[in-house]
Amino acid sequence: MSLLEIRNLSVEFTTAYGQFRAVDAVDLDVDQGDVVAIVGESGSGKSVAMLALMGLLPWTAKVQADRLSFDGKDLTSLEPKQRRRIIGKDMAMIFQEPMTSLNPCFTVGFQITEAMKVHLGGTRAERRRRAVELLDQVGIPEPETRLSAFPHQMSGGMNQRVMIAMSIACNPRLLIADEPTTALDVTIQAQILELLLSLQRDRGMALVLITHDMGVVAETAQRVMVQYAGQQVERRDVVGLFSTPAHPYTAALLDALPERSRGKRLPSIPGVVPGQLDRPDGCLFNPRCRFATDLCRSRPPGRGSPEQGAALCHYPLQGGEPSGYPPDLLDQLRRQAAEEARSA
Amino acid sequence: MFRFIVTRIGLLIPTFFGVTIAAFSFIRLLPGDPILLLAGERGIDDERHAQLMAQFGFDLPIWQQYLNYLGDIIQGDLGRSIVTKQPVLEEFLALFPATLELSICAMFFAVALGLPAGVIAGVTRGSKFDHTVMAVSLTGYSMPIFWWALLLIVVFSGELGWTPVSGRISYLYFFEPVTGFMLIDSLLSGEKGAFASAISHLILPSIALGTIPLAVIARQTRSAMLEVLGEDYVRTARAKGLPPSRVVGLHALRNALIPVITVIGLSVGVLLAGAILTETIFSWPGIGKWMVDSIFRRDYQSVQGGLLLIAVIVMTVNLIVDVLYGLINPRIRHTR
Repeated sequence: MSLLEIRNLSVEFTTAYGQFRAVDAVDLDVDQGDVVAIVGESGSGKSVAMLALMGLLPWTAKVQADRLSFDGKDLTSLEPKQRRRIIGKDMAMIFQEPMTSLNPCFTVGFQITEAMKVHLGGTRAERRRRAVELLDQVGIPEPETRLSAFPHQMSGGMNQRVMIAMSIACNPRLLIADEPTTALDVTIQAQILELLLSLQRDRGMALVLITHDMGVVAETAQRVMVQYAGQQVERRDVVGLFSTPAHPYTAALLDALPERSRGKRLPSIPGVVPGQLDRPDGCLFNPRCRFATDLCRSRPPGRGSPEQGAALCHYPLQGGEPSGYPPDLLDQLRRQAAEEARSA
Repeated sequence: MFRFIVTRIGLLIPTFFGVTIAAFSFIRLLPGDPILLLAGERGIDDERHAQLMAQFGFDLPIWQQYLNYLGDIIQGDLGRSIVTKQPVLEEFLALFPATLELSICAMFFAVALGLPAGVIAGVTRGSKFDHTVMAVSLTGYSMPIFWWALLLIVVFSGELGWTPVSGRISYLYFFEPVTGFMLIDSLLSGEKGAFASAISHLILPSIALGTIPLAVIARQTRSAMLEVLGEDYVRTARAKGLPPSRVVGLHALRNALIPVITVIGLSVGVLLAGAILTETIFSWPGIGKWMVDSIFRRDYQSVQGGLLLIAVIVMTVNLIVDVLYGLINPRIRHTR
């Protein structure tokens, strides 16, 4: 039994224009010690899915799942009070914006010890000692004096370290990091990632890393879920994903990495993730997909085999070419590729 | 923090001089001759009139009068009432506890009801409770105090007979004022029923005076709460698994209080202005009623002195609010 088991999770918001499905049939299994990355562009429902798991979405969100269990407990059937015993204790989350995610009115020490007070109890002195330990572990110099500092007196990177210290205060078994480095300087990003990974290794906790940076995925994760417009379009181990991406979206994301680029210009994916009002028929990626056919534009694709990354695609890629593709179109594709190779 | 307070006090000095000009000129802009009013219906002959004008210094050029007035104030002398011949400061201090008592009770009423109502309305945004609070507070805010006070008297004193109509305490009780606060004095007197009588006299005036601040506080709390509840740190607090009471009552409210404190501070000015009407209607012997009487008598000294003292009180309260700000919001404390 996995530590975290999500089956067919969907989240819908009621908006002025009707229902909007932000997360669509997402599955996820995370075991103790796993590092799983969820990647995708902004608006692909990565954060929403994890916020739904944490129970942090506003009441306007309708969360449904066939199974949503953590450590054998079914989260959907738990009373809010029982669920809060898990949240912040066994399952913790850190957020994208460290500067706004900490309460400006309270000291760092207060905010770190707060979760301990609620979940673990203990004396004030014990909690304080533990807070100092935690700050030390996350690499904050002079932890004792920092306890009485306010968030606005520290930098973004320091604040994110405080957030991390806060989230691991009760020794969680699962840590969800929602784009923890996006708002930070590039030089700090690597430090924070390294910190998260070393904490994960030392404590054997599971880590779910939400990111839109494929480079981060390559360095950190064992498994990857690629999410697009609320759907998981591909899910597999990181090595397979980088060597033979099966979904055209994954392939396009990888092509957009500067270090993998071969041509003069860095390729990009035209367009944006569809929103509520421009949701296409058929495959949700078809307006931006260079392999899209009439079939893609009319019928939603089924899931492929696990070897093909369970790709949600009519023509999952094999060796860079779509499999099961109409022969005439395939010829055209090959001619194009040859031409491009010549001109490059 | 010390420098912060010193800076705030420094800012009060120009405000103070502005207020002296306003207090000095407003009463003189009103038509009417204080000496003629003092003389009453029998009138006064020109010679005596000129003599009295000279005695009070009203014959001097206006700028010279102002400078004399300013000079007196700096020496701490607010002058004597030209009607009662009593020092203005003494009269003010004798009456001020009554107003202060009323204002404190009104503010207590406004905060005790407005703050929770605003918080709950904000948390349950769009609910029936929210709509009710907003509708009631808008009504309360729009109601003229004199009319609202009369309505309260008609219903609760007249029809229902629950509360007395006017005054601070029943005529059955008499004791020498010790603190000037009727609630405290009645307790100190040891007379049976005096305290209950004092409270029953306070209820209606406090409601009448506290209604507008109540409405403002409820609305401000609600909107501050709505804003704060959408902040990332509230999500962080919930992600810690804290109970909703702690998330709302501690993490959100602490931040939402910042604008609410401002409004409470500003309400003190409104309260003292409202006290003039409320005290007149309820025959409450406070400075509001005294100011109105002084204005009608063109008692220049009393009006000038009273305005100035009220302004100083409002400024002091706002200074306290500024300091409180620093205590609640560390970002302000540290920026100086």
